Amino acid sequence: MLHIWGIEMKTILETLLIGVSSGSIYSLMALALVLVWRSTRVVNFAQAGQAIISTYIGYESMKHLHSYWYSVLVAIVAGAILGAAVEAFVMRPLAKRVRGSAAADIAPVIATLGILGLIRGVAGLIWGNTFVQYTSPLSGKGYTFGSTTIQFSPQNAAIVIGAALVMAAFAIIFNFTKLGLALRASSFQPEISRLAGIRVDRIRVIGWACAGAAGAVAGALVTPTAYLSPNSLDLLLVSGFVAAVIGGLDSLVGAGIGGVVLGIGFAFILQYIGASVTFLAAFIILIFVLLVKPAGIMGKSGGRSA
Amino acid sequence: MSGLVVRDLQVAYGAVAAIRGVSFEVTPGELVTIIGANGAGKSSLLRALSGLIPVAGGSAMWNELSIFGYKPENLVRAGIVHVAEGKSVIPELTVEENLDLGGIWQKKSAGVDAIKAEVLQLFPRLGERLGQRADTLSGGERQMLAIGRALICKPKLLLLDEPSLGLAPLVIEEIFSAIARLRTSLGLTVLLVEQNALSALAIADRGIIFNLGEVVASGKASELLADPVLRASYLGY
Repeated sequence: MLHIWGIEMKTILETLLIGVSSGSIYSLMALALVLVWRSTRVVNFAQAGQAIISTYIGYESMKHLHSYWYSVLVAIVAGAILGAAVEAFVMRPLAKRVRGSAAADIAPVIATLGILGLIRGVAGLIWGNTFVQYTSPLSGKGYTFGSTTIQFSPQNAAIVIGAALVMAAFAIIFNFTKLGLALRASSFQPEISRLAGIRVDRIRVIGWACAGAAGAVAGALVTPTAYLSPNSLDLLLVSGFVAAVIGGLDSLVGAGIGGVVLGIGFAFILQYIGASVTFLAAFIILIFVLLVKPAGIMGKSGGRSA
Repeated sequence: MSGLVVRDLQVAYGAVAAIRGVSFEVTPGELVTIIGANGAGKSSLLRALSGLIPVAGGSAMWNELSIFGYKPENLVRAGIVHVAEGKSVIPELTVEENLDLGGIWQKKSAGVDAIKAEVLQLFPRLGERLGQRADTLSGGERQMLAIGRALICKPKLLLLDEPSLGLAPLVIEEIFSAIARLRTSLGLTVLLVEQNALSALAIADRGIIFNLGEVVASGKASELLADPVLRASYLGY
């Protein structure tokens, strides 16, 4: 086995791969948060709850469809509808009510915390506060090369590929379609967009739907590697948020990079320091980024990037 | 009566009245300019007419249709297009994307491509910079881009808020002569809000002078320019 400075190369590669896999999930969650932040300037804490509901719906649909992959599609549709509903039925009416008041900025964020609590409670009532298994046909056991087995499994590969596909789809939608132009314009300058004839309210609903779909992919892909419970995605929300901040909160590319960077960082901390400090590390990274480069790695200081 | 008819319009921000009962008309095809100092209520008037802010009272009709209570994006579809103050473009988007924004909600058959070609003929400098981000443009080019995007929305009533703001005299001349040509070639009705009274009255049919949210004088552009009292107290030259 190849060693450099006494460190085993196999372990480094393995840790890197695992980091990219978990980082892909953080990227998806960060993408969901960034899409909402860009369209309505709200940090959506409810995203963890929305992803829980869509994942449970995926889990339920699998009982009838007998296919994990079809159930992932069901979860994506459910996540998109839920995201659209939160914006159309809660956030938009709320924003209209508080517009111009002292609570205009903070009320929507508190509302998303409220929705998170509500969704968790409802999920607990429907599915119980127990752990269930949502299983994928792909093996969770690591790939074997000759006599060595690594931690990286086919499900990990599916996570990386799935996240890459979602990112690519959003890149195409945002940069090459009329809808993408409307989404970007509405997030940068809603008033000018309105004056140009864009139905900004509808575009925002679509932005929330895209975010819900991205969160649903994260939930449906990561859950087979662990378990499902009403709060099993809460820590993912924290990681997604840290990844989004690393990426500048406003940048889709930044969300992708931020997630992978964070995933790799976590994997190495887990491998070489220990599990007990990984979440401590997340908050240290968060505070460090906010103090040193508050605009994130993709942001210009004082400005916003595309 | 067709055209724009505003009656007893009132706009307030909280307890502060910005427009205190203003009435005027703009007949179809006419270019009317509203002149006044900062804080006269000119921008508030345009923002109310384009649906950006709610009104506190009064009415406004465009071709016999009451326009208050509609969203800006719906008024755009009715032909009321507002070019807001301060070179109203989206800096993060390219020049072409800024133009296309005015057309993406229209049907393909609406002839958006033909209008875009006309706009690029009118402002050739935009054509040379289609792929550049709008924030790399000069102030004059941004104003051209904002007007160009408004034209792609196929306006019947064009509301222009201080197109001369922050521009050099030669550029102002270029923009104003473009506005004058446009309204004849496209048969536009134009409501032009300006602090630059001389340039605005030079191309306008009529002028209305605003002060502290009220109309203090109105008349033919040539007559306003010739009135020594108005010149001294409101036109500032």
